[in-house]
Amino acid sequence: MSTTEILFFFLSALALFSASMVLISKNPVHSVLWLVVTFFAISGHYILLNAQFLAIVNIIVYAGAIMVLFLFVIMLMNLNQQNEPQKNLWMKLAGVISGGCFLMVLVSLVRQSLDLKSKVAMTTSGDIGLIKNLGRVLFNDYVVPFEITSVLFLSAMVGAIVMGKKD
Amino acid sequence: MPIQYYIYLCLALFSIGIIGALTRRNVIIVFMCIELMFNAVNLLLVAFSKMHLAAASISDKASTVGSDGQLFVFFIMVVAAAEVSVGLAIIVMLFRNTHSVDINFLNRLKN
Repeated sequence: MSTTEILFFFLSALALFSASMVLISKNPVHSVLWLVVTFFAISGHYILLNAQFLAIVNIIVYAGAIMVLFLFVIMLMNLNQQNEPQKNLWMKLAGVISGGCFLMVLVSLVRQSLDLKSKVAMTTSGDIGLIKNLGRVLFNDYVVPFEITSVLFLSAMVGAIVMGKKD
Repeated sequence: MPIQYYIYLCLALFSIGIIGALTRRNVIIVFMCIELMFNAVNLLLVAFSKMHLAAASISDKASTVGSDGQLFVFFIMVVAAAEVSVGLAIIVMLFRNTHSVDINFLNRLKN
C-alpha cells in the first residue's frame, strides 16, 4: 500500500468521522469545531489531488471566515444544549432511512457504471491546480463571471446589513 | 487512485449532510449540513477534473483539460460565502423575533 493510499484512507476516515460528529454533537459549538476538522480533511484531499490553490482557499474561506461567522452567531445567541429542540424519534428514523436510501441508490448506480471502470484520478501530479494555471484561465476565459461575482458580493453585503440592522 | 473511491467518499459525505438536514431542528446545524453538502460536491468536482486530466495527459503532456472544474469550485466557494452571510443574517433576525432557533417556527411564514 503506497503512501498516497494510506493518506487517502486516513483523510477519508477523518472526514467521515468528523462529519458524523457534526450531527451527533448536542452542543452547536462542538458541531462547528467538528465541521472545521472536516474542512481540514477535505483540504488534505485537495492537496493530495495537487489542487493547491483550492486547498488554501478552502482553509481560508471555509475554515477561516465562514466557520468564524458561525461561531460568532452561535455565541451571540448564547445557545446551550438544554434548550435545543429535538425532533421526535420517528422523524429522525425517517430522515436516516431516506438519506440511506439516497446513498444506496447512488452507490448502486456508480457500481454498475461501465463508463467509470478503470478511470483514475491523477494524484500528486498534474499542475492544473496551481495558481499560475488557474489564474490564467480565470482572467482569460472567466472574466465576466468573475466581475458578476463582485456584484453578487456587494448585493449580499447590502442584504446582510439591511436584514441585520435593528428596525 | 480510482475515481470510484472519490465518488463513494463524496456520496457518503453528501448523505451525511442530507441526514443532518432532515433530522436536526436547530437552524444553524441545518445550515452547517448544507455547507457539508457543498464541500462534498466540491471535492467531487476536483476529483473529476483530475480524472479528465489523467485521460488527456496520455496523449498531450502539457494539457490543461480540467481547469474549468477547479474554477467552478472556486465560484461555488464564492457563492457559498455570500449565501452564508445572508443566511446568518436571516437566522439572527429569526432569533430576534422568536427567541429560538427552532426551524419549525418558519411554518409561520405561510400565513
